[in-house]
Amino acid sequence: MNRLIADDVTIGYDQRVIAEKLSVEIPDNSFTVIVGPNACGKSTLLRALSRMLKPSAGRVLLDGQAIQSMPAKKVARTLGLLPQSSIAPDGITVGDLVARGRYPHQGLLRQWSGDDERIVRESMESTGVAELADRYVDELSGGQRQRVWIAMALAQQTPLLLLDEPTTFLDIQHQLDVLDLCADLHEEQGRTLVAVLHDLNHAARYATHLIALRDGEVLAEGPPREIVTAELVRETFGIRCQVIEDPETGTPLVVPAARKARVDA
Amino acid sequence: MKATRTRAVRGRATRTRAIRTGGGISVRFDVRAAVVVAILVVAALLASVVLIGTGDFDIPTADVIRTLLGNGDAGQEFIINDLRLPRVVVGLLVGASLGLAGALFQSIARNPLGSPDVLGIGQGSTAGALLMIVIFQGSATEVAGGALVGGLVTGAAMYLLAWKQGVHGYRLVLVGIGVNAFAVAVNGYLLTKADLVDAARAVVWMTGSLNGRDWEQVWPLLTLCAVLLPLVIAHARPLRMLEMGDDTAYTLGVPVERTRIVLMGSAVLLTAAATAAAGPVSFVALTAPQLARRLTRSPGPNLLPAMCMGATLLIVADWASQRVFGADQLPVGVVTGVLGGVYLLWLLVTERKAGRI
Repeated sequence: MNRLIADDVTIGYDQRVIAEKLSVEIPDNSFTVIVGPNACGKSTLLRALSRMLKPSAGRVLLDGQAIQSMPAKKVARTLGLLPQSSIAPDGITVGDLVARGRYPHQGLLRQWSGDDERIVRESMESTGVAELADRYVDELSGGQRQRVWIAMALAQQTPLLLLDEPTTFLDIQHQLDVLDLCADLHEEQGRTLVAVLHDLNHAARYATHLIALRDGEVLAEGPPREIVTAELVRETFGIRCQVIEDPETGTPLVVPAARKARVDA
Repeated sequence: MKATRTRAVRGRATRTRAIRTGGGISVRFDVRAAVVVAILVVAALLASVVLIGTGDFDIPTADVIRTLLGNGDAGQEFIINDLRLPRVVVGLLVGASLGLAGALFQSIARNPLGSPDVLGIGQGSTAGALLMIVIFQGSATEVAGGALVGGLVTGAAMYLLAWKQGVHGYRLVLVGIGVNAFAVAVNGYLLTKADLVDAARAVVWMTGSLNGRDWEQVWPLLTLCAVLLPLVIAHARPLRMLEMGDDTAYTLGVPVERTRIVLMGSAVLLTAAATAAAGPVSFVALTAPQLARRLTRSPGPNLLPAMCMGATLLIVADWASQRVFGADQLPVGVVTGVLGGVYLLWLLVTERKAGRI
């Protein structure tokens, strides 16, 4: 059985239901990417998977246990989430911010162990922000800042890491940087990653497991090479396109139809 | 063309020290914050000794210290231990409570304007006190009780009104400002309803002063601080995580709403109790955390530095109101405003040049 499972969950805010009876399994050791149009429930699903949102029916299982009934700190040692928006406190340095990722491993009498120090250093090194350690976070560029937040999530040392649109607001170079970093974390450190991405071609390139979501329903899931078809893209996003082979990687490449042909669809 | 020079501003590399024992226990602290706390404690104590020596009947500092240590003569002992010491202790406790409550509220609201005096806790306490004075012609103890209950009711109302799937920064500040306006209106109404004697008494209470405070005010406030301080300190680390946003705190395993309720409750209690003891002393809760933060240059709520800053500020202000402005003409709240406000402005102006907190 996989470690993280949403079992027949109904999720939403207040009275508004976003997804009903949704079941999703995150394959262990995968780099899972969730794609879908705006408001299809991607982020909501991620929030439910990370225990932040309580499903009104069904349950999310982490290692076979209902995640809602597990102690917060225990969950935080197994599963990390990089939210869409985080606030860097005024005047905080990169090193201090990354160190805060150690919180779930600490206590009143265990505030800063040798392990904490080592792991924070390693997290900064693997995200390439080690030389920024003494800089203030609020004077970094967007790409650097995103790396710092990822470093914080890494310092949490969770085998499962969820990322909510980690590439938004970044230019293409920094987008690829962040995705390369995710691929490294997946391949070299064996972590299970779940990311919400907007760019289908990035998703097809980097994901080992793709989930296409529309209106709170899973339309297709599996390796991108097997499931990304023109038909699926039309069903999911409502656009006509061609799917060709990416000349660089051999993964599916989605090429939207020209304007006229698209409108006719 | 003039070349623009950019310079990366670096934080302090060795901001914190960790002490580790063989048994796996480790404690981490900010060196600069610890020094600031130590300096402020010494400053508060020195100012207290000077303040005790100040009055209609000046007593030399050496005599004050000797008497406090239990070796003074009978006359000085009466003046110091029975008349002036309780006033100073009330001042220290009120200042510390307000400084701590201000730091808690500003951190929870993620906004320097989110201090309990801006958000209407002080005015709510005043409403409770005025109600006891004007409607029930209550005793001093009943008035203090009224202030306490008024503050707590205001705090509870604010929390409930601001609650929407959790309490969030801006909402809290806006609701608080609304609650404050409402309480000010209630207070104005109560004052117009009062007869002359009650109105005079109400106005004296509302100026917020330490005049005539004795041991009766000390014990309840001291007990409350002794209970709440450990509770607040135990929640200081989760509070620091909360400053990064609810989502981030949540994923780090912080019980977000519970932490907020405990800390807001503590801050409301501290503010209400301080107001019950000394009346609404303005500005300490607003300025003390900001001053402390600029001295420690450390992110995070800076709870202990803010607390010590509040105590120091109030004692210095009380001394200034007696010494500089002449006798007890000026309520201490006015002086805290002048001292703290001017100092904060000065810091803000100079920091703009430095470009950093």
